[in-house]
Amino acid sequence: MPAITVEEAGAIQPTRARMSPPSRFGDKAFEWLTLAMAFAVVVLIVLVGWELWSGSVLAMKKFGVRFLVTSTWDPVAEEFGALPFIYGTLVSSLIALLIAVPLGIATAAYLTELAPLWIRQPLVSLIEMLAAIPSVILGLWGIFVMIPWLREYPFPWLQRVLGWTPFFSGPIYGPCMFAGGIIVAVMILPIITSVSREILRSVPDLQREAAYALGATRWEATRIAVLSYAKKGLFGAVILGLGRALGETMAVTMVIGNTPQIAASLFKPGYTLASVLANEFTEATTDLYVQALTGIGLVLFAITILVNLLAQLLLRTFTAASDTRAVQ
Amino acid sequence: MRFEGKHNHTWRKIKSALACTIAFVSAILVILPLGLVFFYLLVNGIGSVNWDFFTKLPAPVGAVGGGMANAIVGTLVLLAIAGVIGIPVGVLGGVYLAEYGSARINSVLRFLADVLNGVPSITWGVVVYGLIVLRFKSFSALAGGLALGLIMIPLILRTTEEVILLVPNGYREASLALGVSRWQTIVHIVMKTASRGIITGILLALARVGGETAPLLFTAFGNRFWNHSLTEPIAALPLQVFTYAISPYDDWHRQAWAGALVLVTGVFCVNVLVRILTRGRGASPL
Repeated sequence: MPAITVEEAGAIQPTRARMSPPSRFGDKAFEWLTLAMAFAVVVLIVLVGWELWSGSVLAMKKFGVRFLVTSTWDPVAEEFGALPFIYGTLVSSLIALLIAVPLGIATAAYLTELAPLWIRQPLVSLIEMLAAIPSVILGLWGIFVMIPWLREYPFPWLQRVLGWTPFFSGPIYGPCMFAGGIIVAVMILPIITSVSREILRSVPDLQREAAYALGATRWEATRIAVLSYAKKGLFGAVILGLGRALGETMAVTMVIGNTPQIAASLFKPGYTLASVLANEFTEATTDLYVQALTGIGLVLFAITILVNLLAQLLLRTFTAASDTRAVQ
Repeated sequence: MRFEGKHNHTWRKIKSALACTIAFVSAILVILPLGLVFFYLLVNGIGSVNWDFFTKLPAPVGAVGGGMANAIVGTLVLLAIAGVIGIPVGVLGGVYLAEYGSARINSVLRFLADVLNGVPSITWGVVVYGLIVLRFKSFSALAGGLALGLIMIPLILRTTEEVILLVPNGYREASLALGVSRWQTIVHIVMKTASRGIITGILLALARVGGETAPLLFTAFGNRFWNHSLTEPIAALPLQVFTYAISPYDDWHRQAWAGALVLVTGVFCVNVLVRILTRGRGASPL
């Protein structure tokens, strides 16, 4: 590199000052454009909340808190109480969680800790494919395959064994709360499994090594060093699954029986917030009816937003605490 | 603590093997529905997937035969509208999260996007009904496409952000050092490097909303005939499957299985395509 004399350097200085700086317009415009697009998420949340609120405000004013705590749903008499739907949503989601949580977490543990290495990737791919099945197709399968089978074998057996409890008594129709819960369980299994798997994978290897060094068996290492370490994150995965279960629509609409009632027996048909929207929205003739249904949408939105907020907070605090990767 | 020597050790080994077996059985139970759904789709659907299915309109009630040509085209039209709305917003929003913005704002936006992803899809139907259908007094293809497009936004935003963050910083620095402006660096270097990942995210989002029924029930509404204008109701494959599945007619049930088989085949083809696109690369956006 040739040396630059002091005079030359001095001569360069004014030249550089005379050069006009490159235009910043493109940069600014692009940044603002992308910013506007990113803020779409804020706009969307506000938009959904506002649209549901303004669309149901008349019904909310008319019925007030009665909308949430009474159970008469009579469009002809214009009497709307959403309690049976709230009950149906909660019970079907609870059944789904009871089935999906143990299976999902056990599968996640199998995939990250216990399974032979060659089997892991194919299993993960299969679970991703299960997640890709549209809800309506699972519902179709539920109507024509699952329900006839349930009515034939497991339901009568359950009734023989547990028929003395109120939960499994009464006649078996086929479409019922229990069938709804099972189909929702199938719908949320992939997300619970894959999020739990991510959580378990983010547990530092040091945990496992320490357990094995102390002579733990494979299961003991998994239980003591991995599962209990990841408890909070796994709880987040469960809550995330709950959020999906509450909003699940098509499959559950097709198998739950669509009858607004609050019955102890899980063999009786039920109804959920999402399925009453799916079934009755286009049939709503009067303004108040549409308003009441939009109110149902608002209740559903409020519940799922709260549940999802909780899930994301749990997942974030867990990953923040255990993230050993460099933050980019 | 007790110490029971050899006997205790054997018991612990057995317990470990038992736990492994239970976990294995759980994994089988999780993927069992996939196999069962596939099996019954093939058994019940394959017989009704024929030339008529792809070329004819639905037959009137009572008449045997007919197809779902309008529903297949309808789903493609709806996806096109959804893409026009969802892809630019999602991709550019993802670029902002990855390239600009302070850590505080970005973590809030990311958080909100994740929360939006958990909003039930039927909610979007209700919202678009209020926004478009009530205002223009008609169910329409545009309303259906908008509902699907809004669902796509947070999905694409998050995957785009994740793949753009994987682009090494050296690429950006090299480009900026050559005097290329920042936005050109992002468009020509960063987004180009991440293009396969971005496309993967877009395809997955399309596959996901392509199977959605709930947001279309009172936006696109469905149509027994060809759609001639985007401001009219339009048929969609998942909607048609739903209508036929809950109908009392055997022939419609057969058609529903056929429609479901075609829909699932489409969705899985996209997923396989994604797998090919991301093969040999450690970083899949999922």
